[in-house]
Amino acid sequence: MSSLLSKERIVAPPNFNRWLIPPCALATHLCIGQAYAISVFNLPLTQQLGIKESLPTDWKLTELGWIFTIAIFFLGLSAAVFGKWVQAQGPRMSGLVAALCWGVGFLIGALGIETHQLWLVYFGYGVLGGCGLGIGYITPVSTLIAWFPDRRGMATGMAIMGFGGGALVASPLSVLLMKHFASATSTGVTQTWLVLGVVYLLVMSVGAFGYRVPAEGWKPRGWVAPPAKPGALVAKFNVTPGRVLTTRQFWCLWIVLCFNVTAGIGVLGQASAMIQEVFKGTINASAAAGFVGLLSLFNMGGRFFWASLSDRIGRKATYGCFFLLGPVLYALVPLSGQMGSVVLFVGCFCVILTMYGGGFSTIPAYLADIFGTKYVGAVHGRLLTAWSVAGILGPVLVNYIREFQINSGIPKHQAYNVTMYIMAGLLIVAFFFNLAVKPVTEQHAEAEGHPGRRPLTA
Amino acid sequence: MAAPTQPPRHRADPSDTRASSGNQVVPLVLAWLGVGLPLAWGVLETLSKTLALFQ
Repeated sequence: MSSLLSKERIVAPPNFNRWLIPPCALATHLCIGQAYAISVFNLPLTQQLGIKESLPTDWKLTELGWIFTIAIFFLGLSAAVFGKWVQAQGPRMSGLVAALCWGVGFLIGALGIETHQLWLVYFGYGVLGGCGLGIGYITPVSTLIAWFPDRRGMATGMAIMGFGGGALVASPLSVLLMKHFASATSTGVTQTWLVLGVVYLLVMSVGAFGYRVPAEGWKPRGWVAPPAKPGALVAKFNVTPGRVLTTRQFWCLWIVLCFNVTAGIGVLGQASAMIQEVFKGTINASAAAGFVGLLSLFNMGGRFFWASLSDRIGRKATYGCFFLLGPVLYALVPLSGQMGSVVLFVGCFCVILTMYGGGFSTIPAYLADIFGTKYVGAVHGRLLTAWSVAGILGPVLVNYIREFQINSGIPKHQAYNVTMYIMAGLLIVAFFFNLAVKPVTEQHAEAEGHPGRRPLTA
Repeated sequence: MAAPTQPPRHRADPSDTRASSGNQVVPLVLAWLGVGLPLAWGVLETLSKTLALFQ
């Protein structure tokens, strides 16, 4: 007898409306997307003991920065390690596990904050929460692709747009909660983390129980799978997760994702400081916060826009746009600084951030096209290790090169220029790796009737 | 003279995703409002802050 959480229990009845699935995915991603808003706690956490000011025993910003880095690292690791399990168990089970990891991670982190034990915050939010991020991130992907074979990009774009939108909800919500709980003896952060932990656990659990998987052989009404075209990137077979790792295509896409994310994530983390330093005297802290908010909006919008567009122009062409337009925009950034043009500076970064988001949201459909839909969840999980690497590489490139430039006597407002050219270079390299993606040959296909096995060669 | 043929009986199509008898409209609306309203609030809050950039 199948348990309440098993995949068998959530097969959709006939006449089930597939448009009930994206809200479940959005519920998950809107919660885990809070990760992008973690920096809103940085300043209060540096004053957790002193309340109005930092004491010598308070945590430093450099120590707090590791909370996010650990979380993103475990996002990629857990997605890779548990990808097959997520695929096998189905979205209800994996969604609930993600909810528990993410919510309880906050509760443990709150305990760490209250008792001033940073290792507990690293473990709670970073390790456990990071696992919730990774499992939650890939949970809806294969389910959405199964329900929307006619619009893979749009469907996954909707869910992953939620990850971008999560910060837009969490940031003002966190500020409101901290303001409510703050007192003469408290910054309000502990209580805020407790509330967020409980709320996210509940919301993600509701989403998890909302998922349904389509019945065997289900197709959208009136939709017929397009005929296979010779040389087309869309495979008519499935490649097992183990076999995928031996293909050139997987590693090309790994580089594509890693470099696209590296180029964007470093900027995202330093956006406020960057615009204030480049336009010193023109842009103050409030305006810089507005810039960060604008980037988040474009990040979110880009996830839906580019993934939906990829349904029309193809995945390879979509990434081609990123890697042709991106280098031009990055190269324009130093020029905008020299010209003193805030509009050009902001405009370049807004478009760059749409492509940063679009890179995340289009990749699941790209993987489904190349390796088939059966194991896309597991394959996507393995590919997300690229995000873990980029999560370290991006900020390191931006911060360390900036520091090196300043120590070499370069004025602060020009200290990011070399980094921008390096990012442009990374995207040009990624262009060629994307160009190298060709259809997977049938020798990699899973043997028909023998799941997990390759066909016997003649 | 041949008897007139009966029109084919409608078969329920398992791939039909139309809401039947409106019993899926309410959950559909509630589900989308459930995620849409917080998201819209977040977007509006963010937009209000971005105005500072243009002042």
